[in-house]
Amino acid sequence: MTAPTAADTESVQPLAAVPARSGRAGLVWRRFRRNKFAMVGLVGLVLLFLFAFLGPLLTHWSPTDIDLVNTQSGPTGDHLFGTDDVGHDMFAQTVNGMQKSLIIGLLVALLSTGSAGLLGTAAAYFGGWWEKVIVWLTDLFLVVPSLLMLIILSPYFQGTSWLVLVPMIALFSWMITSRVVRGMTLTIREREFVRAARYMGVPAWTIIARHIIPNISSILIVDFTLNVGAAIVTESFLSFLGFGIRTPNVSLGTVINDGAQFASTDQWYLFVFPASVLVLIILCVNFIGDGLRDALDPNSTGASAR
Amino acid sequence: MSQNLLLTDAAGRPKNPAPTGTPLLSVQDLHVTFSSEAGDVRAVRGVSYDLHPGEVLGIVGESGSGKSVSAMAILGLLPDNARITGSIKLEGRELLGLGDKQMSKIRGKDIAMVFQDPLSALTPVFTVGDQIVEALSVHQKLSRDAARKRALELLDVVGIPDPERRFKNFPHEFSGGMRQRVMIAMAIANDPKVILCDEPTTALDVTIQAQILEALKNAQELTGAAILMITHDLGVVAGFADKVSVMYAGRPVEQGAVDEIYYRPRMPYTIGLLGSIPRLDVSGEHGRRPLTPIEGNPPSMVDLPDACPFADRCPIVTDICRDAEPELLPAGPDSHPSACHRRADLESGTIPIDQVYPVPQIPETHLDTVPRAQRSPVLEIKGLQKHFPLMRGAVFKRRVGTVKAVDGIDFEIREGETLGLVGESGCGKTTTLLEILELVAPQAGSIAVFGRQAAKLSGRERMEMRKDIQIVFQDPMASLDPRMPVGEAIAEPLRTHGWSQDKAYERVAELLELVGLEPYHASRFPREFSGGQRQRICVARALALNPKVVILDEPVSALDVSIQAGVINLLDELRAKLGLSYLFVAHDLSVVRHIADRVAVMYLGRIVEIGDVASVFELPSHPYTQALLSAIPLPDPRKERERSRILLPGDLPSPANVPSGCRFRDRCFKYASLNAAEQMKCRDEDPVIVTRPGKEDHAAACHFADALEVV
Amino acid sequence: MGAFIVRRLLNYVVLVFVATSLAYLGAATAFHPKDMYLQKNPPTPAVVMYHELNERNDNPDKPVLERYAHWVDGVAHGDFGQTWQLDSVSKHFSISVWVTVRLVTVAAVISAVAGILIGSFQAVRQYKFSDHAITFGSYIIFAMPVFVLAPLLKLVAVQVNKAVGGNTPLLQYQGEIDPDATGFWGQLFSRADHLLLPTISLSLGLIAFYSRYQRGQMLDVLGSDFLRTARAKGLSKTRAILKHGVRTAVIPVMTLVTYSTILTFAGAIITERVFGWNGLGSWFTDATNHSDVNSVAVITLFSAVLVLIAGMLSDIITAVLDPRVRL
Repeated sequence: MTAPTAADTESVQPLAAVPARSGRAGLVWRRFRRNKFAMVGLVGLVLLFLFAFLGPLLTHWSPTDIDLVNTQSGPTGDHLFGTDDVGHDMFAQTVNGMQKSLIIGLLVALLSTGSAGLLGTAAAYFGGWWEKVIVWLTDLFLVVPSLLMLIILSPYFQGTSWLVLVPMIALFSWMITSRVVRGMTLTIREREFVRAARYMGVPAWTIIARHIIPNISSILIVDFTLNVGAAIVTESFLSFLGFGIRTPNVSLGTVINDGAQFASTDQWYLFVFPASVLVLIILCVNFIGDGLRDALDPNSTGASAR
Repeated sequence: MSQNLLLTDAAGRPKNPAPTGTPLLSVQDLHVTFSSEAGDVRAVRGVSYDLHPGEVLGIVGESGSGKSVSAMAILGLLPDNARITGSIKLEGRELLGLGDKQMSKIRGKDIAMVFQDPLSALTPVFTVGDQIVEALSVHQKLSRDAARKRALELLDVVGIPDPERRFKNFPHEFSGGMRQRVMIAMAIANDPKVILCDEPTTALDVTIQAQILEALKNAQELTGAAILMITHDLGVVAGFADKVSVMYAGRPVEQGAVDEIYYRPRMPYTIGLLGSIPRLDVSGEHGRRPLTPIEGNPPSMVDLPDACPFADRCPIVTDICRDAEPELLPAGPDSHPSACHRRADLESGTIPIDQVYPVPQIPETHLDTVPRAQRSPVLEIKGLQKHFPLMRGAVFKRRVGTVKAVDGIDFEIREGETLGLVGESGCGKTTTLLEILELVAPQAGSIAVFGRQAAKLSGRERMEMRKDIQIVFQDPMASLDPRMPVGEAIAEPLRTHGWSQDKAYERVAELLELVGLEPYHASRFPREFSGGQRQRICVARALALNPKVVILDEPVSALDVSIQAGVINLLDELRAKLGLSYLFVAHDLSVVRHIADRVAVMYLGRIVEIGDVASVFELPSHPYTQALLSAIPLPDPRKERERSRILLPGDLPSPANVPSGCRFRDRCFKYASLNAAEQMKCRDEDPVIVTRPGKEDHAAACHFADALEVV
Repeated sequence: MGAFIVRRLLNYVVLVFVATSLAYLGAATAFHPKDMYLQKNPPTPAVVMYHELNERNDNPDKPVLERYAHWVDGVAHGDFGQTWQLDSVSKHFSISVWVTVRLVTVAAVISAVAGILIGSFQAVRQYKFSDHAITFGSYIIFAMPVFVLAPLLKLVAVQVNKAVGGNTPLLQYQGEIDPDATGFWGQLFSRADHLLLPTISLSLGLIAFYSRYQRGQMLDVLGSDFLRTARAKGLSKTRAILKHGVRTAVIPVMTLVTYSTILTFAGAIITERVFGWNGLGSWFTDATNHSDVNSVAVITLFSAVLVLIAGMLSDIITAVLDPRVRL
């Protein structure tokens, strides 16, 4: 039933339209580009980044400024997103919050996906005590309710730099990726090319770096992307409840929390603008993540299998 | 465990009814096209045949030849992106264009199907009994009890022992062979007119394959159904089919009665296929008959030009072959149809059939003239043992027993010699070679390479030793890292053992040429190569460090027959050229007969018979070896018809549950014929392997070993 | 067999113990209950303050480990200590947990059923308009965290109420029940009315999640050999899918459903806060804000236990559904 693949004659011909060298990256990019959602996500995210970092140029208000004359004003030319009851410019706050959310999202994803990859592959490849300890730690962190722990520990990072949220959130978000990575490594470890390398005498860490990591890179890339979204949500969640970033600093969570109090009033726009920005970021990130998954693994059905 | 495979003759119907009258199933000019990203894949391009009641038509072809697709088209089970044209008539009724509802009434009732992979073809969450009952109740109004009774009968008919108990089992509790029997039971449940069999025995071991073919034959006799047998195995067809259709690139290229195709082939592709199969029953002057590989690969099914699709691989190609695709026409007045522009030359004898393909020379090595006793051993295994704990339960993992994968085996390989290690799945052959490659102390016994004990090696010495002992795995796709250009893959052992970049680069080019590829291929990725080429790359990688011993783990079993021959010839040539020793692990005894000097037959973790190839194959002395050889179908219809098979009862036993005394006794046909005292000996005493009387290099582990010619 | 269950249970108990201990020690070191008293206006007298802190086992002058030992000892005897308001933690828990149960039960059931049905429907109609529309909808829902969704629902409710008019607002979004509601039917209606928006806010995400997963599983099954066998037997496409397809595809989905369902009972912090339900989630944030170590610890303990129950339960459900996995 398998449709015949483009076969080649004894003198190797590259697959139709696949240039010999550009190989995988090019193929992935072409598949990604064909996915409309993914491209919308990519363009959208670039625009959102530009908005976050160039947006401050559009207003002379800073996030901490208070316009005593115009409190609770609607969206005007001066206050693009309006002002809250104190007189904060919501546009300046939103844009500033976006910057922090995006930075936190990227850093957390880098840290958690990186450590998950390292722990997962090491556990599976080395087995024995290594594996027992890492698996037990993974189980433990899955049993510990991570959001509750973050709230409990929140007084610790009160008054320190907001960047402290990065390691904290990362600490509680590596487990699932690490499990998936371990599962995949267990399979790849038994594949013949890894066995072959072992029987040639290639050292373990070289095998992990040369054969295993590249072969799980697709899952790492996809998880990295989706972890960016998850981290932004976690940070906003904490800040929304008042346990994350706190005044005078702002993040999307704090701005949304401020706005949420107006959701049931006529100033609902104070909630809708920052909330939409957050939704757009997550939407774009998820579009990119799913697009990458499909592009990297043509067999995937699009559902996150975990 | 006894199985009454032969049914009462009351149910039997006369075989070989005259193929005249209106055909039961008539396929005319069938085309199937799939739309794909790369363009339209023309998977089937004009298939026509008639199938008469009680007839068996074998459709033979390699992967991608369109043989399965054409069968699925008959059932109307192709995916939505398939476009089907032509005509499929069942008893004169056109099936193409019928809706799902109407087709559902035909499927399973008039046309039944047996699929290739019995592992995944049954729904895992329903009992076997329920699934057979379902097959019945879809088409017949039956009471619960009646359906159940009929299902039990069916289980009995296909040779499943203790049907009452097995009825309530789930598919995963069945062995592969048993599942395939269940598939056959479902297929014959409603007395179908046609049974489509898509590679029904490909996933099974030979002794089980023999059982299943027997069960199919019985099923056919019982129902009188016509069978469409799709397979790549020319041996299976030879003994089973009345007519054969050889498919290539989506078209039948030769069609006719089975003897016609085998003894008077009129198309170079068929000739090549027949010439490229290693055979159990033929040996040449030097003990082996050279294989004639078909060069190249099948064409892509996208954008086929109007030319003979076989032209690029054909040794007798002429200009006209590249200008027009030949039609399927008889080569002469009393010849069968073939699609070849040169059929007349083949028919008239202008081109002798056996000279279509150039016969390669089997190279000799200086070592071949040195008596074995004077050559030094390169690998010595003594009393090797590997037991695994048997774990059960996904939720509560616990040890419930011991798997005796390898349970004390001895063998040695001498310089320049090939030892074939054969056996069916679960016999421990792969475990054996993985144990050797670890180069550490085994659980019990010893492994010595060049006279040095693996157990005593230091880390550095072990690393040095790895240079001399290399491996080629079964699946050429899995054994190359898909992310690594093949040049780098071949260079990996070199770089690991301290070669400089430049020197490694030169060596890679040299190696690629050695295995018949081009140096510029080094920058390509594995997916750009065909299976046979990938296996050549794996061979190149294994040879990079100039090893003395190469361990080959089923190196050709994942390849199509025509490709297989090329790799086998390459291995033969390299062995002679480089003075290598091979440990060749395989389940295919024909391949082993062809390539090996000595052979060891494994059963349940033990070697039951070992010796030089000629002795073991011609006068096998262990009942298991005899049954194994007897189970292999020969690609020779006349011989097949005359042969009587030794059918082993039951499944392959599990190495977790080894019988007392002789581990083969519960399946042994000889055991059954012994008297009580002798049987007791088999039950109580584990036979040791002893040299056969009057033989130097031939030993068997059987209390009542006795030579028997079976091929 | 028994020994294995015991060993596994033991491992579970150890995990719960370590997890809860971490939470307790984390809270005990991070929280500063004394500051709470000092910031009060008028300030609490020192004697009263230390008395209360001792009562709560939160006296910062005692070493953390000593307080921890005391707490463990209490827990071992069924005493979970006192809240910041000097109530019994056990009593408070037994009230709050029922609020949460009343809040999430309906949502949990609806999500599971709807998610599986929608996912199967999508898979069967893959790449049709409905599939694309639902997929797009799930993307939007995935991108909408509860702290956005819940206020948004509130916003919509207000606008709807405004449009409908009338004396009593049509859609309720504060609390569990209208204290003025009378009679059995009146109270039932009021409860249902109050439950509507929180239920939507809880279930939408879960439905999107389950249906996405079910869709993927179904697609795998649709391409499977055994479904082809079922059709080759003569089952129509629909019947083959319903009988052989859904039944097989739902097995892995049930694991996910079990986990998520059980874990919703650990409290829905945002939903409870936004819609004014005094369940475990609200209690947890209040307790943190009031540096209440005992309350925080008990809720963490509860949710760790839930994780383990979910693990056990999903194993059992899988074993029941899948004959291949027997205990």
